[in-house]
Amino acid sequence: MKLCGRLRCGEFIITAELYPPKGTDISALMKKAGLIGPLVHGINVTDNQRASMRLSAMAVCRLLKEKGYEPILQMTCRDRNRIALQSDLLSAYVLGIENVLILSGDHPKVGENKDAKPVYDLDPVQLLGVAKTLESGFDMSGAKLNGAPSFCLGAVVNPTASPIEMQIEMMAKKALAGAQFFQTQAIFDVRQFKDFLRQVKHIPAKVLPGVILLKSPKFVKFLSALPGVNIPPEIVSRIENAKDPLQEGISICAEAITELKKIADGVHVMAIGMEEYIPEILSRVK
Amino acid sequence: MIVTKPKLISEVIDNLVNSKKVFVVGCAACATKCLSGGEKETAAFVEELKKRGKEVTGSAVLDTPCDMRIAKRDLSKSDAVAKSDAVVVLACGAGIGAIEKVIDKKLVPALNPVFVGTMERIGVSYEYCCVCGDCIIGTTGGICPVTRCAKSLRNGPCGGAVNGKCEVDPDCDCVWALIYEKSKKTEGRGLPRGIAGPRSYNKPRSIEK
Repeated sequence: MKLCGRLRCGEFIITAELYPPKGTDISALMKKAGLIGPLVHGINVTDNQRASMRLSAMAVCRLLKEKGYEPILQMTCRDRNRIALQSDLLSAYVLGIENVLILSGDHPKVGENKDAKPVYDLDPVQLLGVAKTLESGFDMSGAKLNGAPSFCLGAVVNPTASPIEMQIEMMAKKALAGAQFFQTQAIFDVRQFKDFLRQVKHIPAKVLPGVILLKSPKFVKFLSALPGVNIPPEIVSRIENAKDPLQEGISICAEAITELKKIADGVHVMAIGMEEYIPEILSRVK
Repeated sequence: MIVTKPKLISEVIDNLVNSKKVFVVGCAACATKCLSGGEKETAAFVEELKKRGKEVTGSAVLDTPCDMRIAKRDLSKSDAVAKSDAVVVLACGAGIGAIEKVIDKKLVPALNPVFVGTMERIGVSYEYCCVCGDCIIGTTGGICPVTRCAKSLRNGPCGGAVNGKCEVDPDCDCVWALIYEKSKKTEGRGLPRGIAGPRSYNKPRSIEK
């Protein structure tokens, strides 16, 4: 079933994330897709994440589609102006890609091409609105389209950012603009997330909290330094004191999903390069 | 105010490779406040050029070099300018643009214009306006997100703000957090209501009244 159908039915949604390769060798990516594709309801494909140049998300989404998996195209506002963004939305649709997750995108300054022009011609709220405009059969300039697309639109929200009130207002704006579902940054503190859900009850959209596989103490350190990531001290010490940190990370992930299953509309699993462990994580969810 | 920073002297000298005689222009307005092209910096630049074997035919710190009338008054009839092979300018591009209109000399910029600055004190300025031509700060408490948000987001923050700091530069305030705090002190209504539309980049290149 398509993602939009599952969202409508209120099914518990499981999505995962894959990263296009730097280069043209797609064998490892497709192997991972083969492992997780049958187990999840959608696979996000990142758009030059961390502002580092990679194979395009659209090409990878199409490859996933051809294998029968349900791709979610991540589309950032960082690299394209409104002409290119609209054109890519139409292109995604004709390639059979209906799920689009719209986000601002990591700034070039945090990536490999620090001198690149940050475009941000549209912001995510505006781009969501533009996608709806295209669905109505017109483009931003008001010109009539010969054939209109139809999307299942998503956006992101960070329940751990501060001040949280602004994140909630932004989430409401994104939902108003057209987002049907939200994926979040990594959630480690389920209680905090529960509190967040209570505050966004009035927003008519599904929320899929992110869970992330902590594979090593080194990775925990790296992650803690990233913007918008808050890992509670007890989780950090579990990984640091574990005989087998990867196995402990898998346990932490599975426990989080088990808890989130009781309160959320789904989960979004980010294994950051260790996607082959996603089946094990999911098998341990109670 | 246009904020300027000195170019590397080597870049200026490279640009003067075929020019023996040089005239130097400074700016009594913005570049003076930026400590990059006032009387003092212009005099120091003259000495630097002499040290590097150039013959300086003269120098002048113009009131406002970006005003064609001033540039014409002070430079077009100057013998020292006429005798020079090149004119080095310690001003922004707007200044050089005006000078280009009134004299036919090789022009060599000695400064890089960086941004339109809001000055705290002499030599200390911040970019609070990017002269985008489509001002929305009436809805954001006088604080410009187009300029001060790294992603120029017009509707609110991204998810990367940590404790009110920007994900791109953790030393820098998230402008949306500032807007939010300001609104509590003024209208107490959080983010601007409604959805801000896309910015127009279609701004005029000239104003003629």
